[in-house]
Amino acid sequence: MLRLIGTRALLGVATLFAVSVLIFVCTQILPGDVASAVLGNQATPEALAVFRKELGLDQPATVRYFNWFLGAIQGDLGKALTNGRVIIDEIKPRFYNTMFLAGYSALIAVPLSVGLGIIAAIREGRMIDRMSNVLTLMTISVPEFFIGYVLIILFAVNLPWFPSLATVYDEMPISERFYVATLPALTLTMLVAAHMLRMTRTSVLSIMSSPYIEMAFLKGLPRSRVVVRHALPNAAAPIITVIALNLAYLVVGVVVVEAVFTYPGVGQYMVDAVSKRDVPVVQACGLLFAGVFVGLNTLADIAAILVNPRLRHKR
Amino acid sequence: MAETETKQPILTIRGLVVETIIGVRLVDRIDVTLQRGEVLGLIGESGAGKSTIGLAAMCYARAGCRIAGGVVDIDGSDVRMLDAAGRRDVRGRRIAYIAQSAAAAFNPAHTIMDQVCEGPVQHGLMNRTEAEAWARELFRALDLPDPDNFGNKYPHQASGGQLQRAMSAMAMSCRPDILVLDEPTTALDVTTQIEVLILLKRLIREYNTAALYITHDLAVVAQVADRIKVLRHGKEVEEGTTSDVLHAPKQEYTAKLVAVRGAAASERASPATVTDKTILTVADCHASYGIVKVIDGVSLDVKHGETVAVVGESGSGKSTLARVITGLLPPTAGAITFKGATLPKALKQRSKDLKRQIQLVYQIPDVALNPRQTLHDIIGRPVQFYYGRSGNDVTDRVAELLRLVELPENYMFRKSTQLSGGQKQRICIARALAAEPDLIILDEPTSALDPLVAEEILKLLKRLQEELGLAYILITHDLDVVHRIAHRTAVMLKGQFVAFEDTETIFRGPYHPYTEKLVKAVPEMRIDWLDEALERKRVREAAEKTDSAKVA
Repeated sequence: MLRLIGTRALLGVATLFAVSVLIFVCTQILPGDVASAVLGNQATPEALAVFRKELGLDQPATVRYFNWFLGAIQGDLGKALTNGRVIIDEIKPRFYNTMFLAGYSALIAVPLSVGLGIIAAIREGRMIDRMSNVLTLMTISVPEFFIGYVLIILFAVNLPWFPSLATVYDEMPISERFYVATLPALTLTMLVAAHMLRMTRTSVLSIMSSPYIEMAFLKGLPRSRVVVRHALPNAAAPIITVIALNLAYLVVGVVVVEAVFTYPGVGQYMVDAVSKRDVPVVQACGLLFAGVFVGLNTLADIAAILVNPRLRHKR
Repeated sequence: MAETETKQPILTIRGLVVETIIGVRLVDRIDVTLQRGEVLGLIGESGAGKSTIGLAAMCYARAGCRIAGGVVDIDGSDVRMLDAAGRRDVRGRRIAYIAQSAAAAFNPAHTIMDQVCEGPVQHGLMNRTEAEAWARELFRALDLPDPDNFGNKYPHQASGGQLQRAMSAMAMSCRPDILVLDEPTTALDVTTQIEVLILLKRLIREYNTAALYITHDLAVVAQVADRIKVLRHGKEVEEGTTSDVLHAPKQEYTAKLVAVRGAAASERASPATVTDKTILTVADCHASYGIVKVIDGVSLDVKHGETVAVVGESGSGKSTLARVITGLLPPTAGAITFKGATLPKALKQRSKDLKRQIQLVYQIPDVALNPRQTLHDIIGRPVQFYYGRSGNDVTDRVAELLRLVELPENYMFRKSTQLSGGQKQRICIARALAAEPDLIILDEPTSALDPLVAEEILKLLKRLQEELGLAYILITHDLDVVHRIAHRTAVMLKGQFVAFEDTETIFRGPYHPYTEKLVKAVPEMRIDWLDEALERKRVREAAEKTDSAKVA
């Protein structure tokens, strides 16, 4: 089993490496390079050459890639082109903010949707099953900015419970942070709950036709115990995978929500960088997101291995 | 049972009707009466409604079915009138279930101990410590290895026979009054079956438990049941004491069921088909899966028109031998000669024509046929592939093949899902015949079928051999089948042949000890066969004991 886990972890690292190549290549094939972008109207051939040399752009792409990649794994993501600041210092507090919001949303979304999914499976076909299905499907069908604004109107304007702007700053006390970030966290919860709820419900129900479930019923156990104790452990693997995908989305896909609530996260930073053609920042954000995505999915794969009793206990 | 008959029955079912949601009757007005400590055998072919009755006795209907009428009375109270909580209280505590496949009936995520103790703890009969102590006692009574620690195993860590016994322990965990045994030994090897059978019988006697014993095998039920009820298409055919049903069946259907078992004794493979031309020779073959050696020096030869049977328990390597001959698993050493020329080891290296001449028929026809294709596509494919025919040519050939396996031509555009198990197996045979092979490897061709249907398939195979001069390699664990159609038989144990001779000679004896174990483990249609087998076992063990004492 350790070997299996080791293989998964190595595969994760390899994926991350491949993604870094992809990010680098993609930013390279954009028309025009950084030098011409920064210089704009003043781009005389001489000025371009000098500037390129200064940025190291005259070197071959492979050399530049390895310089960048080696720097990145040591925590040196280079400097932003637009304002010359060190990217890692800029990105750190924003990344913390993004992770805080994602963690906060996950804390609400995962127990809520897995719990509701289990309840829906126990009460299959009953009112609560249908209601939870329809409601989560509705929230996932509506664009996220719309949910954000509806929540603002309801809970910031009509009922002034929460602030409409989720501006956090470094010195803010943690309780305050939770309070301020509640509306964006709820918005994100509504976005990811449907997937996890439906997957939990479906995979539990797909186990429910197994002979050992029939056996559990014939032992005289109530349906709730059969679902939680007999079906859920065997349905765990697909549920874990979907949770991981959604957690990754909470980190990576928050751009719009951050914009609606003007929350200072990595998403906004990246959007800014893209519009200003600040390639090193875009690369840095891309790498960071890829790392989170690959990391979470690798963890999910490892967790799926760990919950399998056949792999945990050798014959 | 005379003294119990005066008492009130523990289980009474009257006028039981079970229907599917759309109103198809699965069980039609069945009555069952079971006294304390009595064993009633429910017998019939698949679709006869036996399992449905067993589950209905627990007031349980599978998804898509419902109990539409009748009374299920356990110890004086009508279970159907109880609410959900009341039914749960009865299930497991008063009446417990033993399923056919223990491997599937145990939850893979929990230890065996957790699952055995769950019933009594949840029903509030014992606390966990008491339940564990009782479970260990049951494990010991059921001859499970290392009973004190057996419960710590997960289901995948125990063998099929052990799991079946563990499931019996699980059923007994609440000391129920009634057991429902649903084909408890069908998934087991003959030698394991007899051990489980002995233990089940002892269990039932020791705790004076009443039992519904569901099976399609008359010989098995004859060993444990006091009375037998014969079912067909959800209706009762007849009911009587075990000896009456076996020796003086009143209905024609029952007589037919009894006769199938008896046929083996008289029928023999016809020697007329065998020629002296050898078609296939396997010389000193070795094969392994990774580092696990599965076939260890096997030599075999098959003549034109001959049937060679390979028998052995599961895990003996007999199916692997089929894979080696077909080229699916290249042997690590040894040579295979086909019609005088060396056969390339791997399937990839064999020419299309070589592949054509060796065909395979699988054990479970349901999964060997693509449910989305019509029979025309399934049978026509090898006709196109090997002979390059097309259009009406293929259709004509498919029609011819369907006639050959005794199916109507107009079945051609049906899909396999519309056929019965026996018809599906006929299609598998027709598909093999489409290639016009010289050798067909039959991997347990009848073990997934009901006895009467299996009988028909065997007849068909025999007829085809006579007409087309086919050679068969028959892989099976069913000695009855071997008796009837094999000219020569190889007995396989741990990847080696312990015997390879004329079928007559093999069964006449003197036996290799392992062959004897196999032969003697096949239940015979006599009521006291199991007791005799038990006696033989005791004598043998006693002899072994004195032997080892002498050596010491």
